[in-house]
Amino acid sequence: MLEEWLGRYTFLGAAIILTIGFYGVVYKRNLMKKLIGLSIFQTAIFLFYIGRATKRGATVPVIDPALGTDAATYINPLPHVLILTAIVVSVATTGVALAILITIYRRYGSLDERVILQRMSQE
Amino acid sequence: MKWLAVPILLVFMALMIYAETGLAERLDPRAPASVYVSPDYIARTVHDTKTPNIVTSVLADYRGYDTLGETTVIFTAGLSVILILTKGRSND
Amino acid sequence: MIERHESVVVEVVSQAMVPLIQVFALYVITHGHYGPGGGFQGGVILAVSVILPRLSLGRSHSDRLFSPVLATWLAAIGMLIYVLAGLVPLLLGAEFLNYGYLPVPGVSGAALRSTGILIVELGIGLSVCGTMVTIFDWLTRSEP
Repeated sequence: MLEEWLGRYTFLGAAIILTIGFYGVVYKRNLMKKLIGLSIFQTAIFLFYIGRATKRGATVPVIDPALGTDAATYINPLPHVLILTAIVVSVATTGVALAILITIYRRYGSLDERVILQRMSQE
Repeated sequence: MKWLAVPILLVFMALMIYAETGLAERLDPRAPASVYVSPDYIARTVHDTKTPNIVTSVLADYRGYDTLGETTVIFTAGLSVILILTKGRSND
Repeated sequence: MIERHESVVVEVVSQAMVPLIQVFALYVITHGHYGPGGGFQGGVILAVSVILPRLSLGRSHSDRLFSPVLATWLAAIGMLIYVLAGLVPLLLGAEFLNYGYLPVPGVSGAALRSTGILIVELGIGLSVCGTMVTIFDWLTRSEP
């Protein structure tokens, strides 16, 4: 039972990082810190997804002519393809979120969510 | 109410850990994720496209349409940064 | 908004490293067939070689070397290369994005698909580089 839990150390690490990201998004009041928490959350999801792709005794998914084309000697390449897409898209959406934060700061003069809501209700 | 943060986070983490106990064993070559489509790609990639790297051939050849959509997303994000940061400038 | 760095060592070393970073980026893009790499990774490394002079030489000098308008054009041209690699087989009688019908002289069959992958990876690399430099430029523009 304990060996089974220790064998899944990748997913325990992903769950811990998920919790840290969740804490940052929900419990912090500064908008920039919420954005960083979201980025940490995304990293935990990538770690979880790629951790599911390994096989026992398999190697990198580049076909070596000496090893043949047996599917049990190469790790599953499909999660790697999806996460490659997701990483670059996450960088682009973080750029757009930072642009929105700059606009909010220019308009309301602060990045604290309670101050922003107060000033929004005063207009 | 700040003391409520730690129990909620522990419940969240316990829920995540419980949710992944139903998955198959980590290193199993016969896990359902590795059985349906990927042995087909591994067997055919050198014969169809002379590319030993399976990740590149799946990304650019077998699933090239998804990569086109992703490049569109990246380009649109760059354009929208320009549009968001230009708007507050010429408000006259 | 970003000023020139005061230390001479930083300026000289960063100027000396830019061509090495670009050669490495080209290597990563074109060797995506035989090892880890490909369009996205090489495109981001190519963007680093443009952002590094912006940080060490200041915006005014490096904008003359690589202007922000050129970065947006690069992003659009990269995407145009990808879409053309998909539309030309459609005009020649096959499906969209079927690399077996690209009009490249001298190659055919599986080698033609490999060449199609290379063209598409170059387009992706240019597009990702242009977008990263555009986002950096517009986030650090100076206030009027």
